[in-house]
Amino acid sequence: MPDEIDRRLILATQAGLPLVPRPYHALAERLGIAAVEVEARLAALLAAGAIRRIGAVPNHYALGYRYNGMTVWDVEDEKVDALGAAVGALPFVTHCYRRPRHLPEWPYNLFAMVHGRDRAEAESHVATIAALLGTACRAHEVLYSSRILKKTGLRLSD
Amino acid sequence: MRPEGEPVALDATDRALINALQEGFPLCDEPYAAVGASLGLDEAEVLRRLADLLERKVLTRFGPLYQIEKLGGAFVLAALKVPEADFERIAAIVNAFPEVAHNYRREHALNMWFVLATETAAGIADAIRRIEAATGLAVFAFPKEREYFVELKLDAG
Repeated sequence: MPDEIDRRLILATQAGLPLVPRPYHALAERLGIAAVEVEARLAALLAAGAIRRIGAVPNHYALGYRYNGMTVWDVEDEKVDALGAAVGALPFVTHCYRRPRHLPEWPYNLFAMVHGRDRAEAESHVATIAALLGTACRAHEVLYSSRILKKTGLRLSD
Repeated sequence: MRPEGEPVALDATDRALINALQEGFPLCDEPYAAVGASLGLDEAEVLRRLADLLERKVLTRFGPLYQIEKLGGAFVLAALKVPEADFERIAAIVNAFPEVAHNYRREHALNMWFVLATETAAGIADAIRRIEAATGLAVFAFPKEREYFVELKLDAG
């Protein structure tokens, strides 16, 4: 678990890294610790999986991916884990999860995000997933995003 | 379905920088210079372009991407069925919750989909209760039961 200094490091970086030549030194100054400790703590958080990576998060639309679809599938319970792993391994799928159904209105238990520069590209991804799932899938839908209402990422409070 | 937002004009250097910055950022004293060296750019150019990409919202964030579940917290996907006439008002209410990390309109009867991120697992149920009270709508929660794959990168071309 993170200690108090980790927590302060998270608070200081959750909105982004400083855009200065020596960002870890800038953070160290704010936290009152050595830059080498900032780097070591970030490395430890990376190794523990508490940081997925340090890097950039692109806006899909700005990069030309205008068709961002949450594909949802009603897959037989006995087969969903093996098939979910196979869907997640497709090169164009960016997220793939099993989630609970909300019957009767929401029968879907497998969620996979796909992105296309045009509608045909997105639909070809959906068709590839449908072919992979075959008869183990009883129904599916694609929910395209039509507006980003908020995209700030994680925000812990002080 | 009319996706919002038009592609932004990016030159080849911007695209190379976006791809490089999605690959992970070095933990060394002068990381921007290190990334620049791999692309044939100097440090000042990397910083200038990165600030510009953030300003133009080509990048929504640059820094550590925290996996809050490994820190004792929780992420949950949730959805609302919002009456069309009330959509803007409800969006403002939902977005005002700091626990809402992102929120998308999607074309479906469940037309608002957001991710809750809280510092403790118990915080999720509390946030859902408060969102239901503030909106008067039932929150459909979709906690992940299994994660098969997550990759936050996109090819900038």
